Amino acid sequence: MGILEVKDVGKRFGGLQALGDVNLSVKENTVHAIIGPNGAGKSTLLNCLVGKLIPDTGSVMFDGQSVLGRTPHEINQMGISRVFQTPEIFGDLTVMENMMIPCFAKRDGAFRMRAVEDMMREKDIVEKAEAMLEDMNMADKHHMNAASMSRGDKRRLEIGMCLAQEPRLLLLDEPTAGMARADTNNTIDLLKQISDERDITIAIIEHDMHVVFSLAQRITVLAQGTPLVEDDPENIKGHPKVREAYLGETAA
Amino acid sequence: MLGLTKKDLQLMLIVTGLTMLAPFILNPFPESSGMAQFNAGYPDLMQRFVIFGIFAIGFNLLFGLTGYLSFGHAAFLGVGSYGAIWMMKLVSLNVIPAIFMGVIVAGIFSVAVGYICLRRSGIYFSILTLAIAQMSYALAYSVLTPITGGETGLQIKSTDRPLLSNLAEGETGRANLFGMDMRQSFELSIGDWLFTFNVGYYIAAVVMLIAFYVSIRIFRSPFGLMLRAIKSNQTRMSYTGLNPRPHTLAAFVISGMYAGLAGGLLVAMDTQVGPERMFWTASGEVVLMTILGGVGTLIGPVLGAGVIKYMENILSKINKDVLHEWFAFMPDGLEDFIVFLVYPFIGKGWHLTLGILFMLVVIFLPGGLVEGGQRIGKWIKNRRTAKDTGASTEPAE
Repeated sequence: MGILEVKDVGKRFGGLQALGDVNLSVKENTVHAIIGPNGAGKSTLLNCLVGKLIPDTGSVMFDGQSVLGRTPHEINQMGISRVFQTPEIFGDLTVMENMMIPCFAKRDGAFRMRAVEDMMREKDIVEKAEAMLEDMNMADKHHMNAASMSRGDKRRLEIGMCLAQEPRLLLLDEPTAGMARADTNNTIDLLKQISDERDITIAIIEHDMHVVFSLAQRITVLAQGTPLVEDDPENIKGHPKVREAYLGETAA
Repeated sequence: MLGLTKKDLQLMLIVTGLTMLAPFILNPFPESSGMAQFNAGYPDLMQRFVIFGIFAIGFNLLFGLTGYLSFGHAAFLGVGSYGAIWMMKLVSLNVIPAIFMGVIVAGIFSVAVGYICLRRSGIYFSILTLAIAQMSYALAYSVLTPITGGETGLQIKSTDRPLLSNLAEGETGRANLFGMDMRQSFELSIGDWLFTFNVGYYIAAVVMLIAFYVSIRIFRSPFGLMLRAIKSNQTRMSYTGLNPRPHTLAAFVISGMYAGLAGGLLVAMDTQVGPERMFWTASGEVVLMTILGGVGTLIGPVLGAGVIKYMENILSKINKDVLHEWFAFMPDGLEDFIVFLVYPFIGKGWHLTLGILFMLVVIFLPGGLVEGGQRIGKWIKNRRTAKDTGASTEPAE
């Protein structure tokens, strides 16, 4: 029984069957990659997991509880954090403020009115945010405006913000899309370090095979809205069906 | 001190000093000089400065922090005013319960309005608030006449007998604070200068200082951080486990209560209300004040309110005769020509001047007058450091 159980999930947009009977089981404390060609339904599946979309059929269970019908912030409070394809951070705020927000969300929940306290005097929050920035190698960027950082730094900040919430499941949507090679390698190292050091499950959607095979312990291949194969990385590489649908001749 | 950082405390002290000394600061010209008409240190106008300052501070808590542009905030001001005047007519002529009532009524109304309007964001939110404010105006004007007095509005009449007052038969009640009449003034004459210290103004000023202090605290609080997060990125906010809805609703209600406070104070200073207080131009005015002064800054809205109210009351009083007097030293033809040029910008044409000022600020100083002040400050600082290090930065020839 995995921490995330997707059963017979289907989603239709008008005449397009985006997802059809997707079954997926993500085991605790593993890195699970979901790959597939464009239009395979990877992002749709991810959106169904975080409450952005509600599937037409099937069920999604996280740690024994259904996530269906819950709003994104409720699902997040259950312990699922999401990293977006283009980094979603609070661009108008400083890096430190960005990091403090998830710390508050973790401590105070979805809404708590704290209108007279001074936020910089919330010692536990400040310390936690500072430690997290330290972990992300961003301690020197404290007072920087988050929007003015490089793509790679924004990505690291976003991952750090997700980790500050101590999620049990971290979902990443093409975390290295549009990145330079060096930034991509840094991100791989960071994710490796996270999965080694923390008690966390990572599910990753990725296009870049280099990233997938450096990180994943288990891979699901999606094609045209249905899972083709689920197996270990070594077996995926040589699997004829996968090669046909996705990898093509280059990986052969 | 007061739970503020050094910088905020400095700002608080400056604002305190300015408001307490306003009767002096706003009356810089001698009574008999031609410039005396630019003096703004009379009670009625000073009261408007601080009361609309409160209104703008409250509006800024919503617009400046969350980015939700309410175009119907005058409705809360009006509702607060009606609440306050009924309190005076029925219960007590003391201003404190009246102001309190204004805040409560506006708060309840804003919960209802916010609950409906916050289902949408951006332009749709603005239109919804505008629609509700215009409906309130129309209702106050017509259907609700028994409560609002319709077109004529509400005043305290000689037939009003508040429960907690001992007025003589036929005497018209006056707003007071524990017996101190709001209109009571103390005049100080020094040489050719006349300074007026008005009870009503000082009460309103103290309330504004409290309102300003609370707004600083909200800006620096975790709640304030969440509101800025909403403005910055609502998607990330939701996916960080925070529910934006109650946050924005709370900001909306606080902002509405500030408007109600301003409405209650208006009634406390001048015991009458009319529906035009809720008209959409009044809502637009507070938007202008905030943007002119600086959206999202602490002091900006107060500055903006001051500038607009000053222009509305001083610039609009200059007429053609005054202009002719000013330019009398010129040859006749030129004098007429200059008066012809300047005339559209004064008197009833003050809106034109305001419009031009507003455009200039929005285009060149997107951060409002506060940004202008900061730029001047920086420029002076740079010049000073350039002077100090002048010798070393000279190119070596």
